[in-house]
Amino acid sequence: MTAAVTTNSASAAGPRYGSMSNDRKWALRWSYFFLILFAIFFLTPPIYMLITSLKTSQEISAITNPWWVYNPTLDNYRELLSSNQYQRFFLNSSIVTICVVTITMLISVPAAFALSRMKFWGSTILGMGVFLTYLIPETLLFIPLFKMMAVFNEITGITLINRWWVLLILYPTLTVPFTTWIMIGYFASIPKELDEAALIDGANWWQTLTKIFIPVALPGLIAAMIFAFTVSWAQFLYPLAFTTSESQLVLPVGIITTLIKGDVFNWGQIMTGALLGAAPPLIIYAFLMDYYIAGLTAGATKG
Amino acid sequence: MAEVHIRKIVKKYDDVLAVRGIDLDIRDHEFVVLVGPSGCGKTTTLRMIAGLEDITDGEIAIGGDVVNDVPPKDRDIAMVFQNYALYPHMTVHENMSFGLRLKKFPKDEINRRVDEAARILDITELLDRKPKQLSGGQRQRVAMGRAIVRNPKVFLFDEPLSNLDAKLRVQMRIEIKKVHQKVRTTTVYVTHDQVEAMTLADRVVVMNHGVIEQVGTPTELYHHPRTRFVAGFIGSPAMNFIACNLQDEGGQLKLRVNDTLTLPVPAARASKYAQHKGNGSVLLGIRPEHLTEARAQLEPGVVAFDANLDVTEPMGMETLVYFPINGETICGRVNPAAGAKDGAPLKMAADLNQMHLIDAKSGLVL
Repeated sequence: MTAAVTTNSASAAGPRYGSMSNDRKWALRWSYFFLILFAIFFLTPPIYMLITSLKTSQEISAITNPWWVYNPTLDNYRELLSSNQYQRFFLNSSIVTICVVTITMLISVPAAFALSRMKFWGSTILGMGVFLTYLIPETLLFIPLFKMMAVFNEITGITLINRWWVLLILYPTLTVPFTTWIMIGYFASIPKELDEAALIDGANWWQTLTKIFIPVALPGLIAAMIFAFTVSWAQFLYPLAFTTSESQLVLPVGIITTLIKGDVFNWGQIMTGALLGAAPPLIIYAFLMDYYIAGLTAGATKG
Repeated sequence: MAEVHIRKIVKKYDDVLAVRGIDLDIRDHEFVVLVGPSGCGKTTTLRMIAGLEDITDGEIAIGGDVVNDVPPKDRDIAMVFQNYALYPHMTVHENMSFGLRLKKFPKDEINRRVDEAARILDITELLDRKPKQLSGGQRQRVAMGRAIVRNPKVFLFDEPLSNLDAKLRVQMRIEIKKVHQKVRTTTVYVTHDQVEAMTLADRVVVMNHGVIEQVGTPTELYHHPRTRFVAGFIGSPAMNFIACNLQDEGGQLKLRVNDTLTLPVPAARASKYAQHKGNGSVLLGIRPEHLTEARAQLEPGVVAFDANLDVTEPMGMETLVYFPINGETICGRVNPAAGAKDGAPLKMAADLNQMHLIDAKSGLVL
């Protein structure tokens, strides 16, 4: 409206002062400038990976333009996808991730529900505590955790170290706090009357959670799941520290340990492996992006 | 269908007493409205009946059974919330049948009840929609439908109309009354709107500061308020209160407002008020409709006086006039033809046959 008024007065005659549309134009120019800048910055590594993955080892080590493929080949892909080892890593990663996402949701959804709705003694402090644990980096935690596993082994005789399923215990320490926090926020945005209505309708806590809260908070739930998926799929430090045998390795660690032999880097396959490893999150993001954004911004706009 | 008995119930939040030991008996089929300003404890009382709040002290019985420790779902009540509280992911049919499905009712019975309720509320064509696709009034109907299908002992309404615009509110008010006439379920209704209370209720319960000020039919409350609070709360525009002196002047009981205005108490009231003569701090309570323009012939008990109007509000069928007495703004209702103008003097008449006399200290109507 201001823009219209200004344009009218400007066209009438006289000096032209700044207008809303002019400001907007400049704001857009700057946005595009930075968007393009960041796009280049973030897309260069994956593009370089793609280029390298299409080259033979000879071409990679040859002194040619590294940004151009002269003899494109799919050999790296063929070798990697037919390698039992790589398939094993992929399978391990998939199993671990699916299990961790499931475990995470099974813990964090009821936890968030309890913390946000069942007012019990210390629930507020506990809610804060859950978030604070997320702030402790895993680089601080992995040595004490390793020690705990070793002590557990001494006492019970059960070996946890160098078993892929130890990751099912470790990863949730990273995922559960954050997903619980997301879900607490999401559940808090559900009006109190909704669970009271359900209570009067005869639902118990469990039915209120499964029949009302989970369906209503589905976007938040999916956002939390994507987060848990990304964290477990990309986790590097814990599997590096806790698993060593090739049969127990997950993808990120497997690529590094098997494709780097001494000082020989098989760059073509490393890049291919990393690129293929990045595919599942990419596909999931593409499909669930709308839900993810809805989940992260929920509560901000809900009237 | 059931009676509700409330015995000395108290609700305490930490150190704050929200409800201070109230007693109330609600008869079968009765429509009772709890009304009062915000923070008066009306909603808390309703929520205690529903079982959504613990009862600090006292006893609530529904249908003869004490329900203090009975969870909401076993109290056989249904509640309509201010913001409707419809389940957003369910269709209207699913919303209405949710309670019945949880109780594992047979499918035929569920459908029969939902169809019946939908017919009563005229929402049959909305059954497949989601709450998002409904207007405010339609959502309100669905919320009522959810209550009706349960066929509970008691309906509880928590300010159900306050989210609607003025026009729709009037419409839904009539709707609620019609539904009650059809289903005849005992109803407890909370509102802060005294018009809603007056129009809907069989009996109105006026609450203030956690206690019941008065219980009575709408006309009782209007014509025979027991406290200054009730007198001022019921009726719109609100009753005027004029500080004055009750004195005996030559055998005639008179209300001395100021040096220029003294109002004789009508003979019919004089005997009632005689014992209070000499009370220097009484309030004359008189409703705006009993302060009208003076006619040529004054009926007995009607006293004329001069007023300087500050503001006039023409409403069409009447004009509200505001004028000062002892620095207080007093409201009167005059005929639009009386020629009331802003800033102009007008000969007013007070119908003292309709007066109330209130003791300013105790707040009780004498």
